[in-house]
Amino acid sequence: MKKSDYKLVLYVAGTTPKSLEAFANLKKICEEHLKGEYSIEVVDLIKNPKLAKGDQIVAIPTLVRKLPQPIKKIIGDLSNTEKVLVGLNIIGKG
Amino acid sequence: MAKSKKFTGSAVSELPKCPTGIQGLDEVTFGGLPKGRPTLICGGPGCGKTLLAMEFLCRGALEYNEPGVFIAFEEREKDLEENFASLGFDLKSLVRRKKLYIDYIYIERSEIEETGEYDLEGLFVRLDSAINSVGAKRVVLDTIEALFSGFSNESILRAELRRLFRWLKDKGVTAIITGEKGEALLTKHGLEEYVADCVIALDHRVNNQIATRRLKIIKYRGSRHGTNEFPFLIGENGISVFPMTSLLLTSNASSVRISSGIRSLDAMLGDKGYYRGSTILVSGSAGSGKTTFGAQFVDSACRNGERALYMAFEESEEQLVRNMKSVGINLKKWVDKGLLEIASNRATLCGLEMHLVMAHKSVKEFKPKVVVIDPITTLTGAGVEGEAKAMMARLLDFLKIEGITVLANDLSLIGDKGEATEIGISSLCDTWIRLTMETQGYRRTRRISILKSRGMKHAHETKDLLITDKGLEIKDIPGVREENT
Repeated sequence: MKKSDYKLVLYVAGTTPKSLEAFANLKKICEEHLKGEYSIEVVDLIKNPKLAKGDQIVAIPTLVRKLPQPIKKIIGDLSNTEKVLVGLNIIGKG
Repeated sequence: MAKSKKFTGSAVSELPKCPTGIQGLDEVTFGGLPKGRPTLICGGPGCGKTLLAMEFLCRGALEYNEPGVFIAFEEREKDLEENFASLGFDLKSLVRRKKLYIDYIYIERSEIEETGEYDLEGLFVRLDSAINSVGAKRVVLDTIEALFSGFSNESILRAELRRLFRWLKDKGVTAIITGEKGEALLTKHGLEEYVADCVIALDHRVNNQIATRRLKIIKYRGSRHGTNEFPFLIGENGISVFPMTSLLLTSNASSVRISSGIRSLDAMLGDKGYYRGSTILVSGSAGSGKTTFGAQFVDSACRNGERALYMAFEESEEQLVRNMKSVGINLKKWVDKGLLEIASNRATLCGLEMHLVMAHKSVKEFKPKVVVIDPITTLTGAGVEGEAKAMMARLLDFLKIEGITVLANDLSLIGDKGEATEIGISSLCDTWIRLTMETQGYRRTRRISILKSRGMKHAHETKDLLITDKGLEIKDIPGVREENT
């Protein structure tokens, strides 16, 4: 799998401790495992509520892996690194 | 905490209501749903929850100028639009005119991985933006229980639901939350725990192969409400509930008289005919002339420019028109003029309650002054025997309260012993007329007598009833002298 394909979107609602933590956790995981091969876009639904519909966002924070396909969603503060890695299919595929 | 807040609001006076516009529902709730609060509608699959909720929004938008938001967890916008088009609701146009906003929320658990803390702020954001986009006063969540299959952390979910209901109240929107019927609880996931103000259960039951829909208000804090199960119908214009709260004898007694359509019968009724708004029962065996009696009555009403509804349970409209033509009564003319409506349904077509709801609906829509039920007794075949009388009573009471003069035909097979009418509705009637067939030698003659007529002087002797080509005619029995008038 070509790692440069990782396109991630993190949905938050305002600057809350939970969303800041999720972003920090995500950044750390990406730097460790996907260095130079990812992009993170943060969408604040308070500013852009209409964007919630496209990815069917209900829970906050939600991380959406847009690429590679298929779309994957991880909800929560991303504190469990292993689960995030499995969820993004970064590990487990060797 | 939330509880104490609610109490102070409701203890002072009756809560403000939000009219649903749904036929009959506002009557049984004495004005509608609690304004600015959530109401839970629960019931099994196919019981009409979604329909009731959507109709609440459509009528709100169209009749009360209150835009609405529909959050669908089960059906896509397009499916909803298609489903409701068949019931005469043009959702597309309402959406276009910004009277309605539909948002389909789709949660697929298999796509979602959970790690750490989260909340449902995304739902709140979407709801808030939806409410603001149309200025919504009404909100429907159909059905929020889908969240339980979408997320695994139930404690987060329950905390968020509690927050959601509080948030809806703070927003001041009148909300309907639907919930699937549960086994032990009212809803599968115990939503009733969060919605304390008003809970309505819908039910779709089959009894003797006849299906009936029923609605029951389980609770309504701070308001009186009907406690019965109310039958309801899903018709071409949505839901209509039969409000059986009218069992009080509150109708006004009119002293205005109305002709029976038969001059010689009017003569027997103190020379003036029936009281307007009274209930007349005509009992008689097969072929004794009951239908002619009813037809002549509606003919006379139409002649005076009044609207009449003829509920025929044994004959089709064409049959009735043809048969009555043979005795010189032209019903077709009145149908064409829009003064007469002939509603013909086989009695066994649906349950008794459905007949009741249909009758209620036609009366509300057509607004007749005169109703003929021909015959009222066949309806007993459509329901469980014991329920029949109560239903008849409700129907007659409802018509009475509307100020309608009702003529009900009763096919009594017991002939002369007919004074104990089969289902005992005679006590509900103001005037009771009996038609009999008597055999004299090889000839059968029709006879008429007035068994009772409340509040008026009436003839007590039996007379001959003749069916002529100009309708019915009553004559003294040859050789019998007038004794007692």
